[in-house]
Amino acid sequence: MSIVTSEGTVGIVLKNVSASPLPAGEIKKYDRLCILVDVSSCIGCRACEAACRQWHDLNPKVPDEKDPFTGYQTFSDLQANYFTLMKFNEVETEKGVEWFITKYQCMHCEDPGCLKACPYPGAIIQYGNGVVDFDHSKCTGCKYCVSGCPFNVPRYDERCKPWKCNFCLDRVLAGLEPACVKTCPTNALSFGTKEEMLRKAGKIVEELKKRGYKNPVIYDPKGVGGTGYIYVLPYGERIEDYGLPKDPSVSLAITLWKGPLKWIGSLALWGTVAGAILHYIVYGPKKMKKINKEEG
Amino acid sequence: MAARFGRGAMTNSWEDIKNADVILVMGGNPAENHPCGFYWALKARRDRGAKIICVDVRYTRTAAVSDIFVQIRPGTDLAFIGGLINYVIQNKKYNVEYVRHFTNATYIVKDTYSFDPETGLFSGYDPNSRKYDTNLWDYEKDNNGNVKKDMSMEHPRCVFQLLKQFYSRYTPEVVEKITGVPKERFLEIAKIVAETGSPDKSMTHLYALGWTQHSFGVQLIGSMAILQLLLGNIGVPGGQIGALRGHSNVQGATDLAATWSNLPGYLKQPKADDETLQKYIENNTPKPLDDGAMNFWSNTSKFIVSLLKAFYGDNATKENDFCYDYLPKIDKAPSWDAIIDNMYKGKIEGLAALGVNLLCNSPNAKKTLKALSNLKWLVVIDPFETETASFWEKLDKPRENQTEVLILPSAVMGEKEGSKTSSSRRITWTYKVVDPPGEAKNEYWILGKLFVKLRELYQKEGGKFPDPILKAYWPYKNPYEPHPEELLAEINGIALEDITDDKGNVVAKKGERLPGFIHLKDDGSTLCGCWIYSGVFPQSGNRAKSVDLSDPSGLGIYPNFAFTWPANRRILYNRASANPEGKPWSPQKRLIWWNEKENKWVGHDVPDIKPDLPPSYAPFIMLPEGRGRLFSCKYLVDGPFPEFYEPVESSVPNLLHPKTRYSPVVKIYKSEVDVLGSPDKFPYVATNYRITEHYHFFTKFLVGPSILAPKMFIELPEELAKEKGIQKGEKIRVVSARGAVEGYALPTKRIKPLNINGEKVYVVGIPIHWGFKGIAKGSIANLITPFVFDPNSFTPEFKGFLCNVEKIK
Repeated sequence: MSIVTSEGTVGIVLKNVSASPLPAGEIKKYDRLCILVDVSSCIGCRACEAACRQWHDLNPKVPDEKDPFTGYQTFSDLQANYFTLMKFNEVETEKGVEWFITKYQCMHCEDPGCLKACPYPGAIIQYGNGVVDFDHSKCTGCKYCVSGCPFNVPRYDERCKPWKCNFCLDRVLAGLEPACVKTCPTNALSFGTKEEMLRKAGKIVEELKKRGYKNPVIYDPKGVGGTGYIYVLPYGERIEDYGLPKDPSVSLAITLWKGPLKWIGSLALWGTVAGAILHYIVYGPKKMKKINKEEG
Repeated sequence: MAARFGRGAMTNSWEDIKNADVILVMGGNPAENHPCGFYWALKARRDRGAKIICVDVRYTRTAAVSDIFVQIRPGTDLAFIGGLINYVIQNKKYNVEYVRHFTNATYIVKDTYSFDPETGLFSGYDPNSRKYDTNLWDYEKDNNGNVKKDMSMEHPRCVFQLLKQFYSRYTPEVVEKITGVPKERFLEIAKIVAETGSPDKSMTHLYALGWTQHSFGVQLIGSMAILQLLLGNIGVPGGQIGALRGHSNVQGATDLAATWSNLPGYLKQPKADDETLQKYIENNTPKPLDDGAMNFWSNTSKFIVSLLKAFYGDNATKENDFCYDYLPKIDKAPSWDAIIDNMYKGKIEGLAALGVNLLCNSPNAKKTLKALSNLKWLVVIDPFETETASFWEKLDKPRENQTEVLILPSAVMGEKEGSKTSSSRRITWTYKVVDPPGEAKNEYWILGKLFVKLRELYQKEGGKFPDPILKAYWPYKNPYEPHPEELLAEINGIALEDITDDKGNVVAKKGERLPGFIHLKDDGSTLCGCWIYSGVFPQSGNRAKSVDLSDPSGLGIYPNFAFTWPANRRILYNRASANPEGKPWSPQKRLIWWNEKENKWVGHDVPDIKPDLPPSYAPFIMLPEGRGRLFSCKYLVDGPFPEFYEPVESSVPNLLHPKTRYSPVVKIYKSEVDVLGSPDKFPYVATNYRITEHYHFFTKFLVGPSILAPKMFIELPEELAKEKGIQKGEKIRVVSARGAVEGYALPTKRIKPLNINGEKVYVVGIPIHWGFKGIAKGSIANLITPFVFDPNSFTPEFKGFLCNVEKIK
């Protein structure tokens, strides 16, 4: 899906690569990229969806009689050929009925569950700028990334390859903003470094408070180390009504698998090596004779 | 708006919305239908804490980002605005000096005007012809023809007192009973709106078809004009009535006389009693009614003669009245509705549909279908094979239909070059990017070829009245395909002799393009196709192409970005941004002001007044009063003050005057298909609208928008769906007295059942974008709408009619 490979052919720094040791290098000096979704100025026009579809040359089928009717929402869920989806949810608040309209796509987690779960070296990459991407040439289609994702994002195509938002990395590296941000008519989407976006989000939260919202929040979930997509949500106590998980985190099994319990795997590996050495010391090299005998 | 302010266009610009303190969205849904322009409303809130108020018949995506939303019953907006007018007057929140000096509040009205609140009728009503004698509604005048005034506004028959009395009936309680908006919510909004009567505050109102498509649409907009005049919100930054246009060039089409009632530049269409040019000029050159009235239409002779020169070139001479005789003299409106009705009656032989999908966008599609089938021939000039072009497919016996349909595929934007005029009256240039596909051609080519061929035929074969064609001015380098810049030059105006200003300096040599309309002459020495556009293409170059984004004032004026008619003024009536002495009302709203040293108007915008006219001159220069009209005299056929009437099809009685339920002068047809429904059979109120994903009946031919909104759907309150046992996604049918449409049910919390004076009213919403051609298919929404029209503008009543809902088994 991306013109960028794990070898970094367009010259950006890698931060994390699936099933591989951390690459060396000064990662810290690279700014994390971020898209801010200001839900309070989003008009749900779906221009971001259209721009995403155009830029990535996606061709989902026009729904017909047989497909379910999904109202204002384009599809009932993300698709392998549809990377971003506006979710529409009607809720009752103290102001009366309100329409929660939220953009939904890969969140580009700082601590990406997909990447952690992926057992194949280089199939999932996290760049120094925080963008998480797939390399289909190295992917075997095991779908661990789906079970690893706390936001339930990657979707598999009929060739068993996963697809999702890649932050329009090709545009970004050419100095352009992602297609969805470029097209947003009300500036509900903005693009910049994480630091800038957090600052901007903070300002919007203050404005919302002035406008009478009791609990507006910035959605930048700590359970995944923060995200590359952050949201300003006017009703902080109703996160799930916006279609976002309240407290997402990488599942325990995967964290353990890659974290504290890694030593078990390591132990097994090194144990085998140590055992082999010990075996060599105790029993000496395998006798070729025996083999020859067997051959004979 | 033309009847109240003098010009029927958005008074300010899209960018100016950012200067507003309050943005009242009523009769439109800009977040969905004008998403890019709506940016400026959100900017106003972001940068200056403006309040966005949305009053709509359903919770829209505009409501989703508004500070306040209230749901109103379809067709009752006028009662709501009437209530606001009453609130502003009763609580003395109006801008007194603005009202006194810049409106006709002080004028004394003749005692032949009266209004009977019992019957809901103004004086002069004739029930047989269903018309008013509008001449009874006039000012008292002195012997010199000047109006009589009472500057204290105390005289019982001065406009202000009449207005106060008229709207005193619109109390918050009455508003609640009619509209369904709870009194407290109404008062909450009234308080915010009324605060903009303060000189340092302004309110922008945004509306679109949600206000025009009523049997009282013009009066509804008039009621807002009255409110904005009372609050002193016209002519100032951030204060406007924003008439939002749908198509990118609707404003341009109107300016260049797409409607029957005007010639280009809003010159009046000649009538039968305008027998000669002299008479036409006399009848259309008003005399000033008051001191300080600049009365710009005193220039009518210059505009009409220059227009005739553009129509007939050298053939138009002083001796032959500049070929004025060639213009048709029209008394009976050949408006949209009349054309369809005459086609239906078999009185029209052929029709050319250019830029219109008549079958989809006209009310009561069944009638349009029959009307089209009566034609001998039909030419459809359109980028797509529309429903109109394929109407015969829907006839009972298509094979028996005799209409010959000719389809000329045309080009879309990007496939041709030319100008377009936005809501902000701004003329910008669009360039050609690709060739049109296949055999499609741009309209310059199609119409150029057509004209030359017609002229040839008239030359060879003669005809009943060949002169208007044979003597038409057709000076283009390639007569088969005029270049858009050649056309723009003609629209801008060209000097046919050396033209000098009043000091004798030559401003344009013979053959050069004119710098502006102040140089137009009535002696045949200038040519101008649309006087208000003059200045767009001066000798120095095409200003529509200018993309200078500098904005020195910071007010969103962008003085050198493209060209805004008239004379590059961004805010109309901007003399009203300064008080009667010529000083800005407040430092926050500084736009133009009177410079005493230089004795002229200066400031950030081009003054909408002759720059050296002293402050005693009033801002509404297109009106003979010079003042905005709170009382519109005889200029509208349905009353000088806007009165609330129910839609023609309504489920409840008129609370104010049960004897006159709907507008007494509404245009109704009475053929066998023009039927109206009653609430016993059709108990629910229907309204129709557009959604952001589609553009009219056009984008359903394209893949992208069809993915986003593939299926026709119908929105209905959850409570109604429950009553009827309807689930989301089930197919349902909406039936009116005229027909039925089918779509997928979308039960929603966003349309609540209303309590109207104790009665439960359900509203059903029908997006309109589908048809039987293209990728995304569905019912034609207009199969159920009534063939009922506003008597002033002839706009159909789409927003509020009766229906029933049934499940398809």
